[in-house]
Amino acid sequence: MPQWETVIGLEIHTQLATESKIFSASSTQFGAEPNTQASLVDLGMPGVLPVLNKRAVEMAVRFARAIDAELAPYSVFARKNYFYPDLPKGYQISQYELPIVGQGEVEVVLDDGAIKKIGVTRAHLEEDAGKSLHEDTQLGGGMSGIDLNRAGTPLLEIVSEPDMRSAKEAVTYARKIHQIVTYIGICDGNMQEGSFRCDANVSVRPLGQKKLGTRAELKNINSFRFLEKAINYEIERQIDLIEDGGAVVQETRLYDADKDETRSMRSKEEANDYRYFPDPDLLPVELSDVWVDDIIASMPELPDARRSRFQTQYGLSAYDADILTASRIQADYFEMVADQCGDAKLAANWVMGELAAALNKASLEIKDAPVDAQALARLLSRIKDNTISGKLAKQVFEAMWAGEGGADEVIESKGLKQVTDAGALEGWVNEVMVANPEQVENYRQAEPEKRAKMIGFFVGQVMKRSKGKANPQQVNALFRSRLEEAS
Amino acid sequence: MHEKTLAELAAGLRVGEYSSVELTRHYLDRIAQYDARLNSFITVTAEQALADAAAADERLAQGETGLLTGIPIAYKDIFCTEGVKTSCGSYMLDNFIAPYDATVVSNLRDAGVVMLGKTNMDEFAMGSTNESSHYGPVLNPWDTDCVPGGSSGGSATAVAARLSAAAIGTDTGGSVRQPAALTGLTGLKPTYGRCSRWGMVAYASSLDQAGPLAQTAEDIAIVLGGMAGFDAKDSTSVDHPVDDYMSGLEADLKGLKIGLPKEYFGDGLDAEVAEAVLQSVRVYESMGAEIVDVSLRYNQPAVSAYYVVALAEASSNLSRYDGVRFGHRCENPQDLADLYKRSRSEGFGAEVKRRIMLGCYTLSAGYYDAYYLKAQKIRRLIADDFRRVLQEVDLIVGPVTPYSRLPIGQMMDNPIRMYLGDIYTVTANLSGLPAISYPVGWSQAGMPIGAQMIGDYWREGQLLSVAHQYQQQTHWRQMPTMFAA
Repeated sequence: MPQWETVIGLEIHTQLATESKIFSASSTQFGAEPNTQASLVDLGMPGVLPVLNKRAVEMAVRFARAIDAELAPYSVFARKNYFYPDLPKGYQISQYELPIVGQGEVEVVLDDGAIKKIGVTRAHLEEDAGKSLHEDTQLGGGMSGIDLNRAGTPLLEIVSEPDMRSAKEAVTYARKIHQIVTYIGICDGNMQEGSFRCDANVSVRPLGQKKLGTRAELKNINSFRFLEKAINYEIERQIDLIEDGGAVVQETRLYDADKDETRSMRSKEEANDYRYFPDPDLLPVELSDVWVDDIIASMPELPDARRSRFQTQYGLSAYDADILTASRIQADYFEMVADQCGDAKLAANWVMGELAAALNKASLEIKDAPVDAQALARLLSRIKDNTISGKLAKQVFEAMWAGEGGADEVIESKGLKQVTDAGALEGWVNEVMVANPEQVENYRQAEPEKRAKMIGFFVGQVMKRSKGKANPQQVNALFRSRLEEAS
Repeated sequence: MHEKTLAELAAGLRVGEYSSVELTRHYLDRIAQYDARLNSFITVTAEQALADAAAADERLAQGETGLLTGIPIAYKDIFCTEGVKTSCGSYMLDNFIAPYDATVVSNLRDAGVVMLGKTNMDEFAMGSTNESSHYGPVLNPWDTDCVPGGSSGGSATAVAARLSAAAIGTDTGGSVRQPAALTGLTGLKPTYGRCSRWGMVAYASSLDQAGPLAQTAEDIAIVLGGMAGFDAKDSTSVDHPVDDYMSGLEADLKGLKIGLPKEYFGDGLDAEVAEAVLQSVRVYESMGAEIVDVSLRYNQPAVSAYYVVALAEASSNLSRYDGVRFGHRCENPQDLADLYKRSRSEGFGAEVKRRIMLGCYTLSAGYYDAYYLKAQKIRRLIADDFRRVLQEVDLIVGPVTPYSRLPIGQMMDNPIRMYLGDIYTVTANLSGLPAISYPVGWSQAGMPIGAQMIGDYWREGQLLSVAHQYQQQTHWRQMPTMFAA
């Protein structure tokens, strides 16, 4: 049996985060009652005409810039003709021969730390179709419903080169694109709601063979986990098929997450002849340099650039910088905390530690965190200025998370303010020394290099008595001088 | 009243000679009297027309001076009119009540016109005889054994028989100009982009333009002023200022250069038509214009290129009639394929089906380059050719149609012959240039003969001015005696 090599290319449909549709003024809001966001244009009424939403073009320009791709100064909308009930006009307005975004590439970091470049063949603007509702409708009697709210929602379809060699690589690439489109604010990235959809073209070939194997296109994949599973299932299916003497047929296959399998949807023979031709209702898109320059000037920092800046500016490790820049919102959060509390390391530890754990436990996204960046920064400032200890800060954080107020409020109401008053601290130190004569004696007998460890016991006793409020550094210093003085 | 031109009617309304309600009632009476025979209207909106007329009378009483206020006109049934059936001449849309107004309709409504109703047409504007209409052929008031041409045949007959002061048609390959010529009217196809296509049911989007049919160039000037203009809802409409067409009507013709393309006077052109057109050119000469022989080298493949482009676009434009959201749906569909097949088979007539199939063919894999792409190249050559000639001359004059009489049924089993009849008109659509058709004589058989003038982009004003002055010098305009009373 030969060694098999897998070849994967992805087509990613990203729903652009415009307020209105790509060719009409209807809202693109998700989750509205069926057909309440469908205008005359979305319904494909006789006599209606599309008008291009400039915001969608702007977002395509941003994407081109983000992946360093060629930007077509002249691109053309074409009609892709086919019949389906959720396609009101009987054609989808897309781009075919002249897409707005040309060749580009992204760098991904593989599991072994190696960097791989994945080519992006093109990205084009198009309109989404509506939805056919076969179940969960009140129509009954085997009827299907059509919801045209989604019809006309702008999509940017990003087509990769067949550069990926494993399901893991494909997922890494898809995550990278996801990171980029959410960073530059052109897509909300919500896979459950279908804002970010991946189709995978998968084929296998004997290792060393140049010619590509016959591919299957996998559809209906709505998470990164399913992307990996679907591809892996398909690779195995194709290898088994060939090794059993069969041949892969070019077809579209649907991934069924419940059964974890792919099954045939339509073969190449059943495929439509889409009869693409330039849409005569729309003018070619011609980009002016001034407009493009304005868009580029307003671009946010890209994830790769931000990651290296975090390392240099904040002295973070590559690993920490990578995690903190995973999403723009996380990076923004960290950066605000770091800048406001003035301690990047402390901020990094808290964002990746307490905050991440709390989010995880509550199954929340960072954008929905009950403690926002400013609130966390104020809490960390109270550690920095010795108002509370790091340990008590965790308690304060929990209270803040539970909605009990801001850091100062919680510290005040719970009386957690750190005690730094020398008189009070000396009182506790005296009590502890009186109560533990044996330990005092042992300390004094001990070798000087062992004493550093032993002092922890005394500080701990004071922390206990003070309910954690005593300033540990001060207590430590007091013990040091008191235990040393009479030895 | 109906013997008057629109301009004369406007003057009468303003001096109170009659009210808009009287005028409207008069036309409605004439429609009731004659249209059962002529079949030029699909829908008559009598009640609404009288209400609109009453409103117009109030505007007139308040001293409103717009020339269109209170003027009754008709729309080809291709224009969406809110709350009124908009059938496009098809069984497919027999049950379709448009939920909105076309921009051309709302512009004219704002200008104060009164809508008498919706006129008959070839199904989805596909035809040159008005015989492909689901509602039956329209008759030509000059000879009721003949059709008025198409596809805006109902609009032409309605104005020619004086059932309406003017009518709005659409012109994709000659559908305003050809019926105007065959019924003795003046008709204009404006520059592509001059009038909004919003709400105008699409046949071939890159060629379709709305245009008026009326008795005189002056009337056209009045109506065009009310309907033209940029519309943000139509990406192909152009933000170019609308001229004051009325004030330019008397512009001097001295020094005007008129081109006469030799290709327009070759084989296939009826001798009577050729003679009448050439005769009209002599009138211009006598008025101080210079006549120049020119050549349009790409005229010969124009009809083929036109039909490839038009039908390709049509095949896609008509996909939305699928029985799902509006229009005809077959009874008890068994499944999705059955729903599509039967709804479309039952809803569309033979000519529409022929054109959809031809259009699909030219766009299909393996044929696209040979047909659609080549046709687009020819289209570019034709436009360049016109641009070149229009640098030498101001206008191009020629015939509108190779024939002046279209007996009912003559073209029905010979679509190729019908298509070839569009030879003189399709180039203005392929190039986007404005063109006007106006009467220049009569045939032995008593049928009107038209001539066509093609001008440079946005020069509708010049076309109207030249045609108007020709009409001051000549007297071809008449009323068909059968429908005069």
